[in-house]
This record gives sequence, structure tokens and C-alpha cells, in this order.
Amino acid sequence: MKISKSIPGTWFFLIAISSLFIGLLFGALGGIQYVFPGFLKEALSFQKIRPLHVYLVINWIFCAAAGAVYYYIPYVSGRKLYSTHLAKLHILIQLIILVWVVTGFFMGRFGGREYLEFPPYIVLLIILAWILFMINFFVTVKPSFKEVPVYIWSWSTGLLFFLITICEAQLWLLPHFNNNIIRDITVQWKAMGSMVGSWNMLVYGSAMFVMEKITGDKSINRSKKAFFFYFLGLTNLLFNWGHHTYIVPSSELVRTISYTISMTELLILANIIYSFRKTYFKTNPHKHFLSFRIVTYAEAWILLNLILSISISVPAINFYTHGTHITVAHAMGTTIGINTLLLLSSLVLIAEEMIGDGKLFTPYFNRSFIFLNISLLVFWLSLVGMGICKIIAVHEKNSFTEMMAKLYPYFQVFSISGIFVFLGLLLVLMPVFKTYLKLGFAKQSSDPS
Amino acid sequence: MQKLLIFAILFITYITYSSWVYTRGTDRASIMTSNQEWGKQIYQEYNCQSCHQLFGLGGYLGPELTTVISDKNRGELYARILLENGAIRMPNFHLSPKQVNALIDYLKYVDANAFTYKTDGK
Ligand code: HEC
Ligand code: HEM
Repeated sequence: MKISKSIPGTWFFLIAISSLFIGLLFGALGGIQYVFPGFLKEALSFQKIRPLHVYLVINWIFCAAAGAVYYYIPYVSGRKLYSTHLAKLHILIQLIILVWVVTGFFMGRFGGREYLEFPPYIVLLIILAWILFMINFFVTVKPSFKEVPVYIWSWSTGLLFFLITICEAQLWLLPHFNNNIIRDITVQWKAMGSMVGSWNMLVYGSAMFVMEKITGDKSINRSKKAFFFYFLGLTNLLFNWGHHTYIVPSSELVRTISYTISMTELLILANIIYSFRKTYFKTNPHKHFLSFRIVTYAEAWILLNLILSISISVPAINFYTHGTHITVAHAMGTTIGINTLLLLSSLVLIAEEMIGDGKLFTPYFNRSFIFLNISLLVFWLSLVGMGICKIIAVHEKNSFTEMMAKLYPYFQVFSISGIFVFLGLLLVLMPVFKTYLKLGFAKQSSDPS
Repeated sequence: MQKLLIFAILFITYITYSSWVYTRGTDRASIMTSNQEWGKQIYQEYNCQSCHQLFGLGGYLGPELTTVISDKNRGELYARILLENGAIRMPNFHLSPKQVNALIDYLKYVDANAFTYKTDGK
């Protein structure tokens, strides 16, 4: 059975890709500012560029994840989407938020916190849009949690916890939190850490669905092992945020819990190494080979990033790496290498359902994809390099200016490889974007099937 | 059924843990004065966090500010000069003297509560 067309899904994909392209442009400008301190310093300084970049690329993740869910739920539930009106409203509000936030940042209107730098009243719109999405999801799927496959659990969890964490991230508006710096920062990072977990749940849910579609094996998402890893992921979402705040003087217990839970990620790591080999050497998918390939690359990125995350979760190591670009390597390594690639596998899978399996797997795509991955590796290593160099500079008690001078060669590599990552994503996503633009709104009858 | 039970147990533990984090788990800091609070608001409104870190969190183009006030090589006067004039990478925000005072007051508050940065963190 084919995945049928979803107009809201297409809208979300198009918004997502556009958002990514613009966000990448700001990322590249930010990279250039590292190399040339005076570049756009007054007109568009880093304090505008950074939130523009981070907001837009995270918006890519959320919108692409929402698009995939809109496409998949009628297929997995065997029902039509509950309400296209609600979905339209969701799209409309999403667009309003996007325009509002971006123009606000341009004009220097902040007032929020890191990652949510816009004034807090905009969060009300975000919550409203999310509730509309949740209604459509739950009423369409009507999940009976005893029987449903693991990806339904994963999506449901992602939906619920984004709502919880976006509200929690506003607690600073209350004096009880705002007046106490330790509480404020701890709760901010508790919320943000778990929010990352919530979008991971949405992204991984779709990735698990993609794997099922590729292999045709329905049992993988209903197995005990699948649920074991789901619950392990959930435990990490709930309790693992403390590694962001090791250095914040909250209670010792926060650190101990976080550290203990982080180490359970070792199990995920062990499983990945095991199943990576298995899927790579044993599976021979005949369907959706391109999506399979993208997932395989994402698995390699998961491996690399897990090694880094687990290392920086060890307090003795975190003491040094905290506050360096190793944190940025962790952030961008996971959001690009893992989230972006897994979402890409969904976008490609659905696009190929429209134009025919294998149609996107061209030598052009292949070359662009490899170019993207190599650029990303250099980009990621340059950030790790910056982090290590900074640790040495701090150890040698260098001043900030001395340290920046030492890091300069890394900035150059970072900036240039970042532009390549941008180009790589542009090359890879362009044919996907065009496919949705051309066929994503067309009547179902124009399907090649 | 088993799955729902595991979910419920995890969720209840999460709620309990959250309530503890919101209260006893984070009660070590002193309470801000209203001027410090205003400083904090300015810090957010000018998005200083995009370039600076407090407790290692924030953007990375600029230096960490948690202990800028008590740092022997930097200190209050240095911070004031930077805030009033900007520098190579830091823009001049044309802040009023009152705003600068509030920001400095806020940074002093942060510094005074940066227990983990001093001695052995106890
Ligand atoms: C565009 C990035 C940027 C923004 C935004 C920014 N700063 Fe800075 N700041 C820097 C850089 C970089 C330095 C180091 C001096 C230099 O190279 O310009 C610095 C230095 C400082 C210093 C001196 C500490 C030191 O170690 O040098 C203080 C204090 C400071 N900034 C406070 C602030 C405050 C408060 C705000 C918000 C009103 C702010 N900064 C906004 C980039 C920024
Ligand atoms: C899909 C692509 C990308 C995603 C999802 C992404 C995501 C992110 C995230 C989440 C952060 C915040 C990091 C943190 O707080 O630790 C960040 C910061 C940043 N990113 Fe990206 N990024 C992407 C591509 C790029 C590219 C191509 C560049 C080009 C150079 C770039 C440049 C930057 C810069 C300069 C920062 C700020 C680092 C700092 O605070 O000093 N990003 N990005």
C-alpha cells in the first residue's frame, strides 16, 4: 500500500525546507563573523544572527517532523485525517509565528531565553498550534496503547512532552524562579534538555516507521527490544537533562541522577553497533534503497555523537569540555547528522512514493550526499578541535583575546566547511523540494501508480 | 497494560523529581534585588546570552561572564568599560548609565552565587 498524499504534510515539508535554507544562510554568516570580527557587526550582529540561525534550523526539524506525521498517520491508522480545517489552522499559525519571530529578531526584539529568544507572549501561539496538531493526531490515530507499534508511542510521547516542556520553559516568568539564578538556570536547562528529547521522539518515531516500510518487517516495531529502547529513551528524556548543568550549584543529586541515566545510553550505543552491522551486512532492501542508505549514514552519525555525548556526560570530562565548542559539536552533530538525516530519509521515502521508487537515487544525489557527509565531518571535527584548543588555552590561563587568536585556524576551517555543509544540504534537498512543489499538491489521480 | 504501567511509574517519578528540583533541589542561591532583576531583564532584552555564557551556557563568540567581577584579570571596572564602549567583536549598545549599573549589579549577583567556580565547589 502506498502512502497517500497529504496537503498539510506537503505544506509542512515546504515550510521546513525553506526554513532550513534561510537558517543555513544565517549559520554561514555567523561562521564568517567568527573569522572577520567586523563583518556586519552593526547591521546584523551575532546576537541577531545566532537566534535567527538556531530558531530557523530547529523550525526545520519541527516542521519536517510534523509533515512526516501528517503523511504517516492516515496510513498507519487506516483513517482519513480527522480535520483538514484544524490542519490548515495549524499551518497558518505556524506561518504567522515564523514571520513574527524572524522579523522580531531582525529588529532586535528579544526578551526570551536562549533558544526561545523571542518575547514570551509568542509562546502562546506556539502552544495553540501544538494543541491543534495533537487533536488531529490523537483523534485520527485513536491509539490503543496496548497494541500499537512503538512509533505511535514515540510520536505520542514527543507530542505530549513538547507541550509540557514549552510550558516549563516559561516558569522563569514567575518570581519564584526568576529571582533565584540557580533555580532559574537549572529549570531552563531541565526544560530545554527534555524538549530536545521530545523532538527526538518525533524524529525517531518516523525513522522507525521508515525502517518498517523499507524492510517490510512489521515485527521490528512491536518487539520487546523496540519497547525496551523506547522506555530507555523516555527515561533519558525525563531525567538526563542534568548534564547541561553540572557546573550550576544545584543539589548534588541532580548531577548523580543525570550521570547515572546518561550511562544507560551505553546500552543504546552497544545496540547500535550491533544492529548497524546486522542491517548493513545482512539486510538487502529492494525497496526504498535511498532512504535505507540515508538511515545507514545517520546510524554512523548516531555512533559518533553518542561517543561524544557519553564522554561529555562524565563529570570529570564535562568539567573541561563545558562552555567550549565541544558543546556546539554535540548540538550541531546531533541536529544535522542525526535529526536532519533521519528526516531526510522520510522526505525521500514519501517523495519516491509519488514519483516512483528509486527515481531520486541519481548519481547527482549520490555525489551531493557524500559531499554533504564529508563536509559535515570536517565541520564537526573543527568544532571539537576548537573545544580542545580552548581547554588548553584556559589551562594555560590565556586571556580571551589570546585564546581567540589561537583558535583562528579552526574558525577558518569551521567557516569554510560550514558553507560546504550548507551547499551540500542545498544540493541534496533541491530535488526533494521540487518534487513536493510539483506533486505534493496535485490530485491523487496523477500518481504514477 | 504493562507498558502503560511503566509509563505511569516513570511519569509520576518525573513529576515528583520536578517538584523537588523546583524547590529544595535549587534553594542555594540568594534572592535578587529589584535592580539586579532589572539587570537580568536587560541581559535578556539585548540578548547578551547569544555571545556570552553564564555557568557555561549561552553562545560562544564572547567570553564566559560568570565570574567576570571577581576575576583578578578582569573585574568590575573592565566590565564597565566594555559595556560603555563595546570592543572589537562586542557591539556598543549605547546603554544608559543606569542600565550599565543594573547589568553590573546583576553580574555581581551571579558571581556571588557561583559556588562551583570557587575553591572546591562546596
Ligand atoms: C556580538 C556578540 C556580543 C554581544 C551581543 C555581547 N557581547 Fe559582551 N563581549 C563580546 C566579546 C567578543 C567580548 C570580548 C572583547 C572583544 O573581543 O570584543 C565581550 C566582552 C564583554 C565583557 C568583558 C568581559 C571579558 O572577559 O572580556 C562584558 C562584561 C560583557 N561583554 C558584557 C556583555 C553584556 C552585558 C552584553 C549584553 C548587553 C553583551 N556583553 C553583549 C561579545 C558580545
Ligand atoms: C541542518 C543544519 C544545522 C543545524 C540543525 C544547526 C543547529 C545549530 C544549533 C542547535 C546551534 C546551537 C548550538 C549550541 O547552543 O550549542 C547552532 C549554532 C551555530 N551554528 Fe548551526 N546548525 C546547522 C548548520 C550550520 C551551518 C552550515 C553553519 C555554518 C557555519 C552553522 C553555524 C553555526 C554557528 C556559527 C552557531 C553558533 C555557535 C556559537 O554559539 O558560537 N550551523 N547550530
